[in-house]
Amino acid sequence: MFIKLALKSLLNRKGSVVLTLMAMTISVFVLLAVEHIRYQAKENFAKTVSGVDLIVGARTGSLNLLLYSVFRIGSPTNNIAWESFKQIANNPQVKWAIPITLGDSHKGYRVMGTTKPYFEYFSYGNQHKLKFDQGSAFNQVFDVVLGSDVAKELGYSTGDAIILSHGLASTSFSLHDDRPFTVTGILEPTGTPVDQTLHVSLEGIEAIHINWRQGVKMPGNKMTEEQIEQLELKPKSVTALMLGLKSRMATFHVQREINQSVREPLLAILPGVALSELWQMMNILENTLLLVAILVFVAALLGLSAMLLSSIRYREAEIRLLRVVGAPSVFLFFLIQIETLMITIVSLILGAGILAISLAVAQDFLISRFGLPVSSNILSESAAYYALGIIAASIVIAIIPSLKAYSKAKINI
Amino acid sequence: MSISLKNVYFTYPDAPHRPVLNIPCWTVAPQEQVFVHGPSGGGKSTLLNLLSGMLVPSQEGQGGQGEVSILGKRLDKMSQRQLDRFRANHIGYVFQQLNLIPYLSSVENILLATYFSAHKKARVKSADVEKLLTKLNISPDDWSKQIAKLSTGQQQRVAIARALINKPELLIADEPTSSLDQDNRDNFMSVLVSLVAENKITLVFVSHDKSLSRYFNRIDALSDISCLSGARGCS
Repeated sequence: MFIKLALKSLLNRKGSVVLTLMAMTISVFVLLAVEHIRYQAKENFAKTVSGVDLIVGARTGSLNLLLYSVFRIGSPTNNIAWESFKQIANNPQVKWAIPITLGDSHKGYRVMGTTKPYFEYFSYGNQHKLKFDQGSAFNQVFDVVLGSDVAKELGYSTGDAIILSHGLASTSFSLHDDRPFTVTGILEPTGTPVDQTLHVSLEGIEAIHINWRQGVKMPGNKMTEEQIEQLELKPKSVTALMLGLKSRMATFHVQREINQSVREPLLAILPGVALSELWQMMNILENTLLLVAILVFVAALLGLSAMLLSSIRYREAEIRLLRVVGAPSVFLFFLIQIETLMITIVSLILGAGILAISLAVAQDFLISRFGLPVSSNILSESAAYYALGIIAASIVIAIIPSLKAYSKAKINI
Repeated sequence: MSISLKNVYFTYPDAPHRPVLNIPCWTVAPQEQVFVHGPSGGGKSTLLNLLSGMLVPSQEGQGGQGEVSILGKRLDKMSQRQLDRFRANHIGYVFQQLNLIPYLSSVENILLATYFSAHKKARVKSADVEKLLTKLNISPDDWSKQIAKLSTGQQQRVAIARALINKPELLIADEPTSSLDQDNRDNFMSVLVSLVAENKITLVFVSHDKSLSRYFNRIDALSDISCLSGARGCS
């Protein structure tokens, strides 16, 4: 009877209840969305690189090095000499060393020069290795391996020819149009920036820059592919190195050795440590977003409270009647509370439902635009805590109108 | 005695020096049907609220707090919770208007009244509700209609059903006919009087409309009950 009374009373005030419900639903949606994306972004960033013990680059900030080498965000400050790479790779503690070179692009996607062991050693997530969806790694100078998003978005498959452009802008005018590359392989999706990268060999990067001086193509003396393949395409420098060590114990030792190198100013970072530094910076943004979401929620709650408060004036006769048939004053208190709870729970279900649907719809966009794979499964432990928090907050705020109803019932007539 | 008031004095807290009621002595015998008439704003509703325990007498009566004794129980000695329970179990109440919750049906309104009278809840069956509604000339088509969709005459009759469902010993009616037209008023009064007699209920009926006094054998003027000018003894 109690629940039925609350329900019918809400239905009787459809107009204001529906508007309040919408405000609550939107605020719940925003709150859960911020929390979910925050959580997913952290998950994804953390799983972008694994199995790499050290990242080495020119001396710069550790965050900068991490961002440009792993996330392809920002630009490298300087390169590392090929000799330094050789020296580090020959260190007895180093199991494997993968050089990477950045700086070119293809239709907005970054091109990364590397060596074949990259496909063997680089791993992401929980030690997942890269796998080929089609074809295999590059063998020739002008071969290219595509990340899954690059292939999907641009509609490439193995055997296609593509032209790289110099620099990073998607509408670059300086094209390496004299040297088309052939797609030899396409990687399986990883949910990391690898999906948006074109992988070529270091030799390929060297080859397309023959006859270039200071970033400008020199006219004339065009070489044929045969001529190029005759040349010894030894890179002079690379952008960064990824190192795997024989023993984890040696990490700090090798790191110190590299950081103290006198030959060239180098910086070695532990990806995990740099990631946690990244979190600390992201935290400010995250917390700001969360704060805004919470404020939106509080505004909706106050709206709910105001709606219930004004409904009590309109329900004075009803309150008096309930008192006359013997309802204790507390009954009125709980009646308002249960009405609040109903609105909150319905808006929680609606908000979560809309979030799940919109995530499912926006998934492709988020991946292609931000490289952010967001799962549409919003059921998590933290979401449950948020739901409980939302319910608790609405109970607290409903104390105001509930007390009003209670005192009306007390002094009735 | 069904009702026995002694030295009952009442002022509202916002006007403590203007007494609304001052009743030296007033009694109603069991099964008596009393018509109390008086001008609007004369304290009729206050009297009824004192009888139902919604209000308690003020402290400054002659000889301390007055006595409100209903069905042999001292309301002025009960806790709030006991009063709520007592009201649900023993007293039926019909107002001038807004007797029913507008968004519930007749049946739901009547069952709501049984919800708070704990010991009678189990005994009330929907058959009882239907019997009562039939007696009150409410057609079965209207039983599950929202109250707001019924006519005023029907609403007041459903209000009687709601007031009587818990089989109260005392029925209080506060100008229940003032929103009804002549035909509905006669219909309402005859149904009310016959049901009250049939169920052996004590009735206190207040109205400013003296034409209704023909349905009653005891007629009291509020000005005789409540003596604001000076004290009178209990005769």
